[in-house]
Amino acid sequence: MILTVAHVTTYRYDRPVRGAVQSIRIFPSSCEGQRVIDWEVAVEGGLRGGGFTDGAGDQVEGWSIRGPVTEVAVRVAGTVETTDTAGVLRGHREALPPDAWLRPTPPIRPDAALADLARGAVAGAADPLDRAHRLAGAVAEAIAYRPGTTHAHTTAAESLAQGEGVCQDHAQALIACAHAIGQPARYVSGYLFATADGTPHEAAHAWAELWVEGLGWVGFDPANACCPDARYIRLASGHDARDAAPIRGIALGMADETLDVSVAVQAGQQ
Amino acid sequence: MQDYFNEMFDGGAVRAPYAGLETWVREMPAELRQMKQAEAEALFRRIGITFAVYGEGGDPDRLIPFDMFPRVFTAGEWRRLERGIKQRARALNAFLVDVYGRGEIVRAGRIPAALVYQNEAYETAVAGFVPPRGVYSHIVGIDLVRTGRDEFFVLEDNCRTPSGVSYMLENREIMMRMFPEIFRENRIEPVEGYPELLRRTLASVAPEKCQGEPTVVILTPGHYNSAYYEHSFLADMMGVELVEGPDLFCEGGFVWMRTTRGPQKVDVIYRRIDDAFLDPLCFRPDSMLGVPGLMDCYRSGGVTIASAPGAGVADDKAVYTYVPEMIRFYLGEEPILQNVPTWQCAKPDELAHVLDNLADLVVKEVHGSGGYGMLVGPRATKDQIAAFAEKLREAPEHYIAQPTLSLSTCPTFVEEGIAPRHVDLRPYCLVGERIELVPGGLTRVALTEGSLVVNSSQGGGVKDTWVLAE
Amino acid sequence: MLSRTADNLFWIGRYVERAEMMARLLAVGGRIALLPGVHGYRNEWESLLQASGTAAGFPRKYGEPVQRNIESYLFFDRDNPSSVVSCLEAARENARIVRTALTTQVWDAINGAFQELRQLERTPRSELELARLTDWTMRQSALFRGAIDATQLRNDGYDFLNLGFHLERADNTARLMDVKYFVLLPKADYVGTGLDLYQWQTLLRAISAHRAFHWAYGGEITAAKVAHFLILNRSCPRSLIASVAGAAHHLDHVARAYGATTRAQDLVRAMLGELAELRVEDVFEEGMHEFLTRFIGAVGILSARIHDAYLSGEAR
Repeated sequence: MILTVAHVTTYRYDRPVRGAVQSIRIFPSSCEGQRVIDWEVAVEGGLRGGGFTDGAGDQVEGWSIRGPVTEVAVRVAGTVETTDTAGVLRGHREALPPDAWLRPTPPIRPDAALADLARGAVAGAADPLDRAHRLAGAVAEAIAYRPGTTHAHTTAAESLAQGEGVCQDHAQALIACAHAIGQPARYVSGYLFATADGTPHEAAHAWAELWVEGLGWVGFDPANACCPDARYIRLASGHDARDAAPIRGIALGMADETLDVSVAVQAGQQ
Repeated sequence: MQDYFNEMFDGGAVRAPYAGLETWVREMPAELRQMKQAEAEALFRRIGITFAVYGEGGDPDRLIPFDMFPRVFTAGEWRRLERGIKQRARALNAFLVDVYGRGEIVRAGRIPAALVYQNEAYETAVAGFVPPRGVYSHIVGIDLVRTGRDEFFVLEDNCRTPSGVSYMLENREIMMRMFPEIFRENRIEPVEGYPELLRRTLASVAPEKCQGEPTVVILTPGHYNSAYYEHSFLADMMGVELVEGPDLFCEGGFVWMRTTRGPQKVDVIYRRIDDAFLDPLCFRPDSMLGVPGLMDCYRSGGVTIASAPGAGVADDKAVYTYVPEMIRFYLGEEPILQNVPTWQCAKPDELAHVLDNLADLVVKEVHGSGGYGMLVGPRATKDQIAAFAEKLREAPEHYIAQPTLSLSTCPTFVEEGIAPRHVDLRPYCLVGERIELVPGGLTRVALTEGSLVVNSSQGGGVKDTWVLAE
Repeated sequence: MLSRTADNLFWIGRYVERAEMMARLLAVGGRIALLPGVHGYRNEWESLLQASGTAAGFPRKYGEPVQRNIESYLFFDRDNPSSVVSCLEAARENARIVRTALTTQVWDAINGAFQELRQLERTPRSELELARLTDWTMRQSALFRGAIDATQLRNDGYDFLNLGFHLERADNTARLMDVKYFVLLPKADYVGTGLDLYQWQTLLRAISAHRAFHWAYGGEITAAKVAHFLILNRSCPRSLIASVAGAAHHLDHVARAYGATTRAQDLVRAMLGELAELRVEDVFEEGMHEFLTRFIGAVGILSARIHDAYLSGEAR
C-alpha cells in the first residue's frame, strides 16, 4: 500500500514561554515492509539539533524553539510504501538485546491480576508464537475499546481493573502480561490507515511487539485483534507509552499547555 | 580480640614506611598537638571545606574530622596498587563499552544477562553508543582495604562520580602548611597535579565535532548539595566554570552556557549529578537540575558527558563480583587486586548461608551507599539481626553479603595520645586518552574505637595519604 | 563569565548596600525620636517603615510601630526580606555560591559578618543598644568594600559587584531624601522651621555626610544646599550623580571588555547627561518628590536592562 500521512501536533501556551525543547521520533522504521518515498518533519520556528539512531534502532532528532512563543507546531508529512510482513519485524538493526526489554517500568509493572491473566492465557500453548497470540487475544478480551475512560498516565494494572481503555492501554497491558511470563515485550508507536468500514480507531496508533524465539520481534495489536499489516506504519519503540512517545517536549517557563493533534492517513497511488 | 594488621608497628618494631614519623610523633608535645589540631580545624573552616548537611538541624556546615597522623605507603607497595587499579579501571570501561554494544561477555555466558540488562543502572537510552575514546567512566574511585602486609582487597568500585578528592588535596595542603619539617625529612610524592590531570583527561575526551581547545565545565546540583564545596573547589583548581542545569541550554545539537557575553559552546560536562536528573526529556520528567535535550546532544556527538550516562551498571555491588571475570575476559590477565568474597543473596543457596551466618557477616544493599542500610553482623544486637533477616527474606535480590574483614589499622590521634584505628583507601584513577593515577588517595578512618565504618556520615574522619618516593 | 555568577555578584553588592541602608534608616529613626516632635513619636517611626519600602509586612506581625518592634523588624526579622539579617545572609549565601570568584579576604569579610551576626542574635536584646547595631552593620559593609577594593581582580566580576553597590546606593539615597521631603514633613508650612532643619541635619548624619557638608558648603543648612549636595555634587560619595557616574564607569568598562554596548549603557549615559546639566532650581521646580520618583523609576529600568543584557543569560 501507499500510505500518505499528514500529522500536526500543536502545543499552545496561555502565556508566552521562554522557549521549548523537543526530542522527536516520528520517522518510519527502517525495516522490511516499509519503504519511505518521502518524509518531512519540521517544527515551525524551530532549530534542528542533532539526529541519531538510538539503541532500539529508532531515528531521533532534537529540536529547540527560541521564545517567547505561545504556540509550537510540529508538522509531519510523508509517503510510505508498505507491505504485509504478518507483523514480523525484519531487517531492523538495533543494539539492544531482547533481555533489555523485560524492565518493569511503573506503567507496565504486572500486578497479580495481569499475571493471572497471562498465566491463564498461555496454559497449554503449543509454542512461543502461539503463546504470544493467546496473550494478545486475552488482553483484547479483557479490556474493551472505549475512548475517554482512561488517560495518558493510566497504568496497565489500572486499565485491566477497569476493563476498558484505548490502544495505549491494550499495548501496555499486553507488555505487562508478556513480562509476567518472562517474555520480552515493548511498546510501539505508529500510524494506522483509517479504513472505510466505520470501525472506530485512532490514526495515530500504538501496539506491542513480543519477542518470539525463532522469529524475532512480532507485532500484536490487541485493540484491533490482529497483527500489524500493510495498513500500519511503524515509528518507534520503548519500554512503555512515555518511553516510545513520538514527541517528548518541555517548555521553558510557567504556562498552562493545551495540546491539539490532527492526523490523517490516506491510501493512494503515488 | 581479633588480630588486625597494624600499618605502623610490626610486633614492637616500626615498619619501614613509618620510620620517618616515629620521632616526629614521639617528640610532639601534647600542647603542640592540640594547638595544631585546632589550627587545622580553623584552616578547614576558613577555606570553607565543609560537608554541608541541610535539613538535619545543627550546624549546616559540618567539618569532616581530620586526623593529622598520615597514612604511609612505600613506593613498592604503591606500584602494585597502581597496576591493580589501572587494570581494574581498564576492565570496567571495556565492560561498559561491551554491554552497551555487542554484549560479548553476556553472550559468552560469563555474566548473567538479567544482572546486566535488567539492572536499574543499565540505561537503555545509551545502548549502541560509543563515547569518545570508548570511555564511560573517566574517574574511577576504587575503595581498598588492607588486611595484611601484602593483602589488599577491593571493597567496591565507584564508576559514576566518586567524591572526596578535594579532601585528598586539602589534607595535603594543610599538612604541608602545618608540618613543613616532616615533608623535608620524608620524600613524599606530590598529589597536587590532580586537578590539571583531571582537566587534561576531560579535554582528551571532547567530541570529534569539537575544534580547538575544548570547553570543560563541572555540572553541580547546586549550592545546597553536600558536596558543593568539592565541586566549586575542583572548578576553581581546574580553571573551568561551575554550572547548574539552568546555566546550560541545547540548541542546534550543541550545549551552550549562558554567559555575560552571550552563549558559549560547551564540549565536555563533568557532571556531579545522577543520571536520573540529567535530562527531563529522557529520564525523570520532574528534574529541575538537568538540561532538557542534553541526551539528544550527547547521543548525536555534540557534547561529552563524564562519567557517561549508564556507567553505573559497572559499579553495582552485584556486578562487582564479576569484575575479576571481566579482567580475564577483556584483558586476558589475572586480577592483581582481589575481590572480597561475596555472597549474592539473590541466589537461594547463598541466601541460606547468609541467613545462617548473619552474626559474622556484613550485609550491604546492592544500590546503597554511604553506609546506610547495611548490617555489620558482629556489631549488631540480636534484635537488629532478626529485623535485618526479615528485610533480607523480603527482597534478597537487593542485598549482598561479605565476611567482616580485618581492616588494617593506622595510628591515629585520640584523646589519650595515639591509638590504632581502622582505615580504608580510595585512590582516584583517571581514564581518558591515557590512564593515570596520582600517587595518593583519600584515607578514611573509623574514629570510634573498634569501629569498622569509615563513612563520614557515620563518624568517620580523613587522613593525608603518603606515597614515599623511591 | 557565567551570567548566573555575574548575577550573584551583582546581588552581593546590592544586599550589602541594602543592609547598610537599613542600618542608616534605623540610625535616623533613633535620632529623630529624640526630638520632641510636633506630631508625636510614633508617626516618625511609621515614616521610617515607609522609607524602608517594607511597611506592608509590619502591622501583621507587630501591630504598633514602636521603636523596639521596628528595630526587631528592620534588623533581626527573617520574615522581612530587607532586614539587616536577611540582607547579610542573602549576601553571604550568594558569596558562598560564587566562593571561587571572590578573594579569601572578601570571603572572610562577608563570612565573618555572618558568623558575628549569629552571635549578635544570641545576645540578649537588653544588651544591644541601637547604636551598637547600626555601627556594627556599617563597619561590616566598610570592611567588605575595603576588601573588594584592595584585593579583587579588576575584571568583569568586579564591575558587576560594583554595579550592584552603585545602583542600590542611588536608589537608597533617593529614597532617604524622599522620606525627608515627602513623608517626614507633614505640611509645606514646616519648610524652613527648626524641625525642618533638624531633619536635614539628621539626614546628613544618616549618610555620614554632615561634616563633609559643612566642609563643602559652610554656613547655614538650607534645603537647596542639601539637595545640591545629595543630588548634584560628585564629591559626595552617596550623591545621585556620584552613584550614577559609578554605574556608568563600570558599564563602560564591561562594554570595552566585551567589545559591545547594550541598552544599559545607553540609559546610564542619558541619566548621567541629565544630572550633569541639572540645576538645583530645576529640581525644586519639578518638585522634589516628583523628581525623586522619576529617578527611582529610571534606576529600576537600568537595573532591568543590566539584567536583560548580562545577568539573565538570555541575551544572544
